[in-house]
Formats: sequence, C-alpha cells, structure tokens
Amino acid sequence: MIELEGLTKRFGTKVAVDHLSFQVRPGVVTGFLGPNGAGKSTTMRMMLDLDNPTSGRVRIDGKHYRDLEEPLKYIGALLEAKAMHGGRSAYNNLLCLAQSNRIPERRVAEVLDTVGLTSVARKKSKGFSLGMAQRLGIASALLGDPEILMFDEPVNGLDPEGIHWIRNLMKALAAEGRTIFVSSHLMSEMALTADHLIVIGQGRLLADTSMADFIQRNSRSFVRLRSPQQERLRDLLHEHGYQAVESGNGTLEIDGATTESLGELAARHQLVLHELSAQRASLEEAFMQMTAGAVEYHAHGTDVHPGTDSGPRWGDQAPRWGTTSQGK
Amino acid sequence: MASVPAVLQSEWTKIRTVSSTSWTLASALLVTVAMSAALCALMKATFDELSPAERATFDPTFISFSGMILGQLAMVVFGVLVVGTEYSSGMIRTSLAAVPQRATFLFSKIAVAAALALVVGLATSFLSFFLGQALLGEHRTTLGADNVLRAVIGGGLYMGLIALFSMGVAAMLRSSMLSLGILVPFFFLISQILSAVPKAKEVAKYFPDQAGAKIMQVVPEALNTEKAPYGPWGGLGIMLIWVAAALVGGYLVIKKRDA
Amino acid sequence: MIEAVGLTKRYGAKTAVYNLSFQVRPGAVTGFLGPNGSGKSTTMRMILGLDQPTSGHVTIGGHPFRQLPNAPRQVGALLDAKAVHGGRSARNHLLSLAQLAGIPARRVDEVLGVVGLQDVAKRRSKGFSLGMGQRLGIAAALLGDPQVLLFDEPVNGLDPEGILWVRNLMKKLASEGRTVFVSSHLMSEMALTADHLIVIGRGQLLADMSVKDFISANSADFARVRTPQTAPEQREKLTGVLTEAGGQVLSEPDGAMRVTGLALPRISDLAHDADVRLWELSPHQASLEEAYMRMTQAAVDYRSTEDQLAGLQQPVPPGYAPPQPVIPEVPQQGWYAPPPPGQNPYAGAPAAAPVAPQAAPAVPPAAAPAPAPAAAPDLTKRENDEDAR
Repeated sequence: MIELEGLTKRFGTKVAVDHLSFQVRPGVVTGFLGPNGAGKSTTMRMMLDLDNPTSGRVRIDGKHYRDLEEPLKYIGALLEAKAMHGGRSAYNNLLCLAQSNRIPERRVAEVLDTVGLTSVARKKSKGFSLGMAQRLGIASALLGDPEILMFDEPVNGLDPEGIHWIRNLMKALAAEGRTIFVSSHLMSEMALTADHLIVIGQGRLLADTSMADFIQRNSRSFVRLRSPQQERLRDLLHEHGYQAVESGNGTLEIDGATTESLGELAARHQLVLHELSAQRASLEEAFMQMTAGAVEYHAHGTDVHPGTDSGPRWGDQAPRWGTTSQGK
Repeated sequence: MASVPAVLQSEWTKIRTVSSTSWTLASALLVTVAMSAALCALMKATFDELSPAERATFDPTFISFSGMILGQLAMVVFGVLVVGTEYSSGMIRTSLAAVPQRATFLFSKIAVAAALALVVGLATSFLSFFLGQALLGEHRTTLGADNVLRAVIGGGLYMGLIALFSMGVAAMLRSSMLSLGILVPFFFLISQILSAVPKAKEVAKYFPDQAGAKIMQVVPEALNTEKAPYGPWGGLGIMLIWVAAALVGGYLVIKKRDA
Repeated sequence: MIEAVGLTKRYGAKTAVYNLSFQVRPGAVTGFLGPNGSGKSTTMRMILGLDQPTSGHVTIGGHPFRQLPNAPRQVGALLDAKAVHGGRSARNHLLSLAQLAGIPARRVDEVLGVVGLQDVAKRRSKGFSLGMGQRLGIAAALLGDPQVLLFDEPVNGLDPEGILWVRNLMKKLASEGRTVFVSSHLMSEMALTADHLIVIGRGQLLADMSVKDFISANSADFARVRTPQTAPEQREKLTGVLTEAGGQVLSEPDGAMRVTGLALPRISDLAHDADVRLWELSPHQASLEEAYMRMTQAAVDYRSTEDQLAGLQQPVPPGYAPPQPVIPEVPQQGWYAPPPPGQNPYAGAPAAAPVAPQAAPAVPPAAAPAPAPAAAPDLTKRENDEDAR
C-alpha cells in the first residue's frame, strides 16, 4: 500500500506536482497515466524518496521510505532502464544491490533467470540493448521479492514476447496480493494490464477510479444489436422508448441501455438476435477526452483532434479493451 | 536502518567489479614509482652539478616521492570516478532507492574507497622510497633516519587524502566530467604555477596539495621548496581541513538535492 | 515502393538476414514485425544503404539507395531518435540536413510546425526528452517531402497524444500515396496503424499479408455469450446444446462463455430453440498480438521463466499472503496455445517454406531447409551486436 498526502513539488515557480493525494492498493494493477510533463516521473521519484517533496508526504506501508529497513524487501522499482553502471556485469550490478539489503546472493541468479538474462549475466551491461537493460531493471525490482512494485514504462524496448511476459508478470504479482503501480504512455497496453487508474494532468489528480468506470465516464458506450428481424426489432425498441441508430450492415446502436435489458426484451418477444454486444470506447479515447488541454507539445499539420473523428474505429478490427477483457 | 556492514560489503562489491578501479590505482602506483625512480637516477647522475646550497638542503626522501605530482592525478581520477559514475550512469537512483539513508550510503562508499586508496597509497610510497633510495646510491638515506618513516607513511596518507578530497568534490559537483575538469588542472597546473608566482605563492601554500606535501619532506627547506609557516603535521592538518570541508559539502549536497 | 530480392546478410559465421524477398507497396502502411534479433534493424539498414548485403539486393523506386538521385528528397527515415548532434539546436540540425539536400530553409520551419517543436526549435537538442527527440527525428524524415518513409519504433517515448498523432500521420502519409514502412514491437499499436504486415523471424520471411488475413490465419475468432446470472440452469443447458452442435465452450472470468467453432447466428438460433435467453452475444476477433505470438514462438531470444523465489524464503513482510498459483479459466492468449496446424513455419521441420503466398516464389522450398539449421543457433545473440552499433 502506498499513500500520498498532499504531495507537492515546486521547481522554482513551476509547480510540477500539486497537492496530490491518492492510495495505491494491494491486489490490483494500478495504472498511472498522464501526458508528458504531467508530473508522473516526479511523483514516482518522490515516492522512492529520490526527490524531496516541497510539502506533503508519501507513506509506504505506513512508513516514510527512509525509515524502511532494507527497502528493497518492501518496494522494488524500475524507474529507468539504464540506471546501472555500464562497466559492471549484469550479475554484479544486482549483487551490489542485493548485498546492501542483505538479500541472499543466490536470489541474484534467480531473478536473472526470471527475466531471461542468465546467458548474458556476466556481460557488461553497457552492451545491452534497451530491451535487455529493461529486463535487468525489472530483475532489480524483483530482487527483494517486495510486496510493492513500481514500474515506469516497463515495456520500453521490449519485443512482443517481452511485452506479453511483463504484462502477465504484473498481473500475476497483483493476483498474489502485491501492490503494483505502473506508469505508461501506451494506452492499449494499459487497457490490457491495469485494473485501476490514477490519472494526473499538470500535477493535479484528474481521476482515481477503476478502468471500467474511467472508460464509461469519459466516452460514449452503447449496445450493438443485429437481428434477422430488423424491422420488428426497430419497432419494438421504439415502443419501449429506446433510441436506435442504424449504423450500416444491418446493425443498430442503442445508447443508454444494457445488454441484459435488451436481451430480456428480445426474449420476451421471441426475437432472434445475431449480435448483442456492449460497445465501449478504447482507453485511449477516454484518456484523450479527459486530458485534452493538458498537453505540452501539440503537433500541427495533420487534422488530429483527440476525441473527434480521428479516434479509434468502432469496427470489428479495432481492438477494444473489452475484447480481451475479463469482466470488470 | 540499513545495516552498515551490509552497505560496506555492497560498496566493496561495487568498487571491485569495475575496471576503472584497477587501472586508476595501478597507474597511481606505477606512474609515481616509475617517475620517482627516473628522477632519483637523474639526480644521482647530476648531483655533482648542484650548487653547494642545493647540496646542503638535498632531501633524498622527498626526491623519491617526486613522481607523485603525476601519480596523484590517477588518485584524483580514482576518487572522482568512485562517486561520479553513480551520477553519470544513473546508478545513484538505484543505489539510493536501496539505501535511502544518504549519509550511510555516501560515507560507506567513501570509507571503502578511502581505505583502498590508503592501502595503495602506502604501497606506492614505500615502493617509491625503496626504489628511489636504491637508485640514489651514496646519497641515499634510510628508513631509520630521523623523520624518514614519518615522511614515507605521510606519502601514503597524502595519496589517500587526495583521493578522499576528490570524492568529496565529486559528491558536491555530482558529475565526473566536471570534477575532473576542475581537479586535474588545479593540481597539475594551477597549484604548481601559483606556487612559483611571488604574491600568489603565499596563498598557494595553503592549497591542499601544497600543504599536505610537506609531510613528505624531511629537510624543511628542501630543494626547490619554500619555507612554510607550518610544520609537516601542520601541513597535513591543513589538508585534512580541506578534505573535511569537501566531504561535508558533498554530504550536504547529497542530503539536500534531488537525486 | 521498396523491393528486396534474395536479401542476405552475414556477419562472419552469423547469418542475420537470409534470402529475404518482399515488396513494400505505396498507398498503405506496412508494418515490419519480428522478435528482437530477427534481423529487422539489419534489413532497415540495408534498405538505407548503411549496410551492404552479402547477397541479393534491395531497391527503392527501382534504384539501390546509394544510386538514388537526391536520396533525401525521395526517402525519409527515422532510425535512432538520438542520432542527433546534441549541442546543436533542433532548427540548426534540420537546417544542416536541408542544406545538404538542397531543400529550402522555410521547409525546416514547416516540418518543425508539423511535429509540434516550433517552440523549442532554438533549444539544444541535448536537453530533449526521448519524445521530443523522436519528434525531431520524424521532422528530419519528413524534411524532403519524400515518397518513401521508414520508421523504426516511431512511438518510443511519446505520450498518448503523441502516439495518436504519429499513428494518424502515418495513415495520412499512406493515404497520399506514399510508401510507409514501420517497424514496431507494439502489436496493439500496429493493429491500429498498419494495413499490411511483413513478419520476419531469424532473418527469414514468416509472413507477408494484410493485417486482417494475418490475424485470421493465425488465431481463432470467438463469440462471447452470457446468459442471465439469475438462472444458472440456462447456462448449463446452452453449454450442452452448443457442445452438441460442435462448438467449444470455455468459461471467462466473469462467468461469460467463450464459444469457438460456431457462427453468431447459429449460436443465436441454438439458444432460441433451447429457449435460453441471452444477455450478451458479441463477436470477438483475436488480437494481432495473439496471432503474432503463435507465429513467431520459435524465434525468440530472451525467454523469461517463472520466478522461483527460492533465495528469499525468509522474512515474510507483514500482511503477506502466500502466493497462489493463478489458474486461468480461459487459456492465456499467445504462445501457450499450439498454433493451428500448418500455420507455424517452425512447427514441423526446423525450417520450412514461409506461409506467405507472395513469398513462396522467392524462397524455393528446396533451398530453405538447407542453411537454416546451421544459421539458426548463430542468430540467438545477434541483438546485442546489432544494437551496439
């Protein structure tokens, strides 16, 4: 459990983090989102006591970070992949960390094996690709088998197998009851990984809510119906006060309804439905909607406007977070 | 709190697992010994050409440490790299996340590195002395002579303190490049040049290297040196004040600044 | 149009790319996929004339890169975002590139505007974040208004707004009739961006087909079906009926059913006949990631393993619950599931002819099995050298 209370950080006159209060709870993967310059990294650094807050505080399991005895056993963090001495081997980099927190040496070989770096354990980390450095960073976070894990952009530089692996790793760690806090710019990746979201913009808390809630609240959701008896279906919907919009290929879209109620309605009237599915926007779209206005570098020249026509398609090919989701 | 022996062990692993440790310390030793030996051999060959005054103040101990002018630079590099690479590699954040007690972290690192520098410094000093005396032939002195042992051990202390001072400066500046850019010209050029300029040399006498080097002299006004308003131990004391100031500065920076 | 014919690159005894033949056509975004160390970067470098192929050749618009008249006006590439002199300002960096290629200076300000860097144009690029460096690299690629664009991991370091922008930029460039070739590890991003895919593994072509075909060829679509929670017997009844009709039914974590092997109307009819009410009946297409994982499972370099935790059995922190194995109710997507027979080129022989229809003529089946067993083990550590350069 990580608790932030009124956390504030000023650099001169610029307020990077502004009275941020939230909790990161165990048992779930909590995603930490925000545009560039929103204060995510500063917040994460203050959580690890690397930066001193101007005011407010962070508690790790009720304690100040500095009061943790052997902190790697409580909290493991991947902040940046290259935060290791390049002239030292992967094994020795981890060994220094293990020794400082009295973690048994055989654990070093274990985590190297976990992240798949055993074959290059004795190589200097200088020659590592970004993906390998990332795996080394993940190994250092896992070293103390901590109850709390923090990952900043964990999939950076990983290949698809690695991305798939780290996603399942985070989920498995959360399922064991650990606290997982992960920041990322990849909305599609977050949608597959996180259960809960904390969104900040310009240093302030914008949302602290479950993934499903966040998407529902920040975008349109509707039910899609397809039926061989479309005429009857449309009349029936009209009769019951539903607004049905035709969207081509014989599908109807109904706002403000649940699949349950429409399913019951169809059953009562002996209507055959060939599709009855809840459609939700992607996390990306919801995020764009919410953070519009809190973005530092706006691109020009292409007609891109978050949340309007350029958003993800609703069609079948567009992976929605719902497609692979487990009910939330 | 973090266990100090554990942190010391960790810092020892850090130091022994990077190649810069061995090449900086090896060059500190080899450069000092080789250059001192060369100067001793040269001095023996040209002793007869010295003026009587110069012969009277000839200090065979001090001349056998003359390579330290160059060798100390390798010590500076060692000290700077021990602290500076934490910053240049980004390792500092990983290290401080593991050991958030910054004083424990910094002083464990410095203690391990200083102990190592002292051992190498003493080895360098004794080797330089014995090799130098062997080459000086009839002009040689012995370890048993007055103040000679003090000077030889002092030479080791001087090397260790130079490394310590560099660590403090690197911790203050949080950058290897910047620290080397300041320390190397300072010790190799500025300090040497100022000590030859009439007015400036009064100030230069109190520089850490000028003051500390007095410990290695057996004859107070040895060849090419100025009389100082302090004795050998006084000089080392002045150097210690510099070192302490650099370490306190380094500690305050690491304590206050964001990593 | 980029065209590779029999492209092969050896580094000493290592074969990084073997007999690669493909075409990247204009008017579409072509994704370039492959595990780390599969030869993607080497191929990109050969396209740009940075590496010489050992044999075979690759042309852009019919010419090898080095013989292109005024190459910067025809080809733009983003290879490494940090390949910029850090001491120079963003604007001067682009200006020097423009002058080399005889591009007017006002084009520099144009592209800076396009990538959204006009406010920091005078700042030294040393202080740029990865995302800003990436935008600068994209600006450089766009400078000559080229017909052919290559992007290596373009969204690296960008924030969500930037990712969306790059995605739309690439689609727009393709819709203008340009050739856009993008390599990426982010499958979900690729699924949204690319129209066509070229997949390589261990330096050989695995697939060259549309995204849609790729997904349906390498994974199974399914239907999600939910019955009223209040009536569990309905669910059992439906499961029986669907199984009888030849469908396969699995449970999803929220209690819904995952049905494969039956079309949606058929499920609907079966439910109707069995008098089962449906609360959900939605079509799902497998993800590109899943399809990709199945295809490339044999060609991965660093495979992660289970965390054993053997070294850390002692201090159990307060509130620590012993880890319990997580038993998925639904088979995990990805390489755990066996690929459909005949789809995975590594399934049978160590190396077989690629499945892609376009590639078949270029790689005669007789030629493929011979070098592969020797080449494959050598390739496992390529990533390192490749990235170090």
